[in-house]
Amino acid sequence: MNLDFGQIMPSLPFILKGILVTLQFTLLSALFGFTLGTVLSLLKISSIKPLRWFAEFYTSIFRGTPLILQLALVYFATPQLIGYKISPIEAGVLTFALNSAAYSSETIRAGIMAVDKGQREASMSLGVAYKPMMLDIILPQAFKNILPALVNESIALLKDSALVSTIGVLDLMRRAQVVAGQTFLYFEPLIVVGVIYYVMVMGLTQAAQVLERRMRRSD
Amino acid sequence: MIRIEHLVKSFGPLEVLKGISTEVAAGEVVAIIGPSGSGKSTLLRCINLLEIPTAGHIFVDGVDVTSSKCDILKVRQNVGMVFQHFNLFPHKTVMGNLTYAPMKVKGLSKADASKIAMDLLVKVGLSEKADQYPSRLSGGQKQRVAIARALAMEPDVMLFDEPTSALDPEMVKEVLEVMKALVETGITMAIVTHEMGFAREVADRVLFLDGGYLVEDAPPDVFFSSPKSDRAQQFLEKVL
Repeated sequence: MNLDFGQIMPSLPFILKGILVTLQFTLLSALFGFTLGTVLSLLKISSIKPLRWFAEFYTSIFRGTPLILQLALVYFATPQLIGYKISPIEAGVLTFALNSAAYSSETIRAGIMAVDKGQREASMSLGVAYKPMMLDIILPQAFKNILPALVNESIALLKDSALVSTIGVLDLMRRAQVVAGQTFLYFEPLIVVGVIYYVMVMGLTQAAQVLERRMRRSD
Repeated sequence: MIRIEHLVKSFGPLEVLKGISTEVAAGEVVAIIGPSGSGKSTLLRCINLLEIPTAGHIFVDGVDVTSSKCDILKVRQNVGMVFQHFNLFPHKTVMGNLTYAPMKVKGLSKADASKIAMDLLVKVGLSEKADQYPSRLSGGQKQRVAIARALAMEPDVMLFDEPTSALDPEMVKEVLEVMKALVETGITMAIVTHEMGFAREVADRVLFLDGGYLVEDAPPDVFFSSPKSDRAQQFLEKVL
């Protein structure tokens, strides 16, 4: 075994720049994904059947096919279909948001159902309309309950974001491959980004714990 | 203030209310009593459409709430409700619970809503709890906050759905005291309760429900001393 981390040291700044790309990518995907997931979850508990069917069909499509296939479809097939030359980062965020929405909508739906129905009745009895009731009363309580599940979903997003290296986004993973290609060393750059991913996930877990403690102050 | 005509409510094949007609005048206090499953709570919950009636009409302040043209949010603003399990908003402080609907629904400024809320908290004896979260309060305190929250919308009618049934015995009195003080203000009240002593003391009329029918409608002294129906006699023998 002859490891030589010295040889990849000059490439370290190049690799580290990937942290920002990966983080930005994860953040955007989570933001759009959870927002769309919330909308889907509301459709799923709607009393209007076609809306429920649509949301359930949507979820089944994105859960029933591989993520990397969805990514390839959006990136390679979009230009062919509508003539718009989609950038790798756009294609990545779009696919991950759509995919994450499908998964998180189930979690959010369960979170909403777990809020005591008395909360809904109390809001209704005060004359509060559906939208403010959901935004101010039901969803804050639902999100508090499902925070750990959403953190898991975010961690999955962060790690799965490595898949966008396949469509040429210069994220952490892709940068490790580039460095490997230049130096003909594989172990070192891959281990370096492996450690970086691990540290990022640990950081996310810590941040979630702080957030959870703050949200528990009303208990 | 409230007029109910031939009200029927079914849950699937189960008919809970089988044609109820009655009236509550402005300023009147009506106690609704009866065995469990008799439809008391359902009757109350139909008045502000927490349950949608299957048939019949309910008029609140002259407005037919069962009509499809009725703005039910508007009606609910004028009809306060207090629940058996309080249903306070756990993620809001006591103050936040009281000011939320007046600000959101009526568009009051924070200052105006806070002033109304503080006056009400003084009245229910909980002004020092304004910044606490509901989880820090006892059951009796929670229910007093819930009453204040409903009153913060300044309704003309108050509905109480077994307000003391979930409380420890020693906390029942503090809630009943608040309700008695409320009776003095002349607000219209409909109270589903198992507190017979309280019903007898404060109610202008007692409605006795059994099996989805309104069996008796009488002043409390008449009802409690000489109930007409066998069913009411049996019920009173068991609970008094």
